[in-house]
Amino acid sequence: MNKNMKILVVDDFSTMRRIVKNLLRDLGFSNTHEADDGNTAWPMLQSGEFDFVVTDWNMPGMTGMDLLKKIRADERLKSTPVLMVTAEAKRDQIVAAAQAGVNGYVVKPFTAAALKEKIERIFERVDG
Amino acid sequence: MADPKKQIALDFHKTLKDLAPVLLQHVEQGHMDEATATLVTLQHARQAGSKDNEFAAVLKEKAGELHRRIEAGELESALVTLQEMQDARDRGLYLEVGRLTRALHNAITNFHIDSDPSERVEALSEMSDATDRLDYVIQLTEKAANTTLDLVEESLPLAEGLSVESVRLKAEWKRLVDRDISADEFRTLYREVDSFFDQVTDQTGQLSNNLSNILMAQDFQDLTGQVINRVTGLVKEIEASLVDLVYMASQVEEITGIVRDGKPTREKDNLKGEGPQINKAAEDVVSNQDDVDDLLSSLGF
Repeated sequence: MNKNMKILVVDDFSTMRRIVKNLLRDLGFSNTHEADDGNTAWPMLQSGEFDFVVTDWNMPGMTGMDLLKKIRADERLKSTPVLMVTAEAKRDQIVAAAQAGVNGYVVKPFTAAALKEKIERIFERVDG
Repeated sequence: MADPKKQIALDFHKTLKDLAPVLLQHVEQGHMDEATATLVTLQHARQAGSKDNEFAAVLKEKAGELHRRIEAGELESALVTLQEMQDARDRGLYLEVGRLTRALHNAITNFHIDSDPSERVEALSEMSDATDRLDYVIQLTEKAANTTLDLVEESLPLAEGLSVESVRLKAEWKRLVDRDISADEFRTLYREVDSFFDQVTDQTGQLSNNLSNILMAQDFQDLTGQVINRVTGLVKEIEASLVDLVYMASQVEEITGIVRDGKPTREKDNLKGEGPQINKAAEDVVSNQDDVDDLLSSLGF
């Protein structure tokens, strides 16, 4: 797993973005960038070479689900791994996210260990 | 046949007799919600005794009159009677609408959060006050979260720095213990250990200071708890008033003979996002990360 990979953290709450960024830094990833919803994230994804997206679901503007679908529909971005970190906990929502092509799903409130495990699993698959 | 008015009064007295001890019991035990519910039931029973059935009695009386007048060919006075029936019906409705509007208005205006008498609240609708208070909750929690994160981000490098320095000094120290050190190196180590003690004193002091500030940053809980309790109270009051309003609407439909078609529908778009699920025991909700992992692995993830 490349520790210098460029990661985009998308969440409408700045405190949540800080927490995720801190956890990622603990895991050795310091190349993190922030966006506060899908609409802000999209141009960043278009112009920057992001290797990984961590996104919330429920956000004003464009939701994480719409962002995920947009990424999967884009020729250039479609293989970017996306981890959903969200409070949405309905079974059919998780199924919908899986069908839309999410690479991992972490429900809030979550632990540092859960986040670490999901990220490692995602990159085991991507690299392996 | 018994006089219907008398019968209704008897019914109400019986209900009153039955419910009064229940009400007293609730009040004594401090179950205010139940007590309020009992009062509402009593209120409805009393109205059944007064207005609704007053209307029924008027209707009955006027219907007989109307019948007689039509039979007698007194069409003009029959129309007057008809108008009187209409008026009686409207009066009942207006009274009920008025009463409920007042109740709803009271529920909203009675809403005060730590109401300060010097505060000029009349200009401000209490509802907008409630939303302002909730905004205040968001501000407080956000400030606390940021303060905590600032202090943690400030503390982590301190702990990391102390750890790195002690590991380095330990290695030097081992060389001293093993007598594998030159006199010059010893003098350097001597100074470094001395300044490390200063560093430890200084930075652990800063760490414990940061920790107690993190502790203090949690004081929002008390304030937000109070505000949220007030808002919850308002929501409950409004809900009770709305239930009354729905009850009244059903009376309107009954009296006017309006037939509603279809059932109330409630559609949800799952993909919009719903926020945290409060009831973790609900069937369609996962309760923790293990459930999510199980679900995803069942889908071949």
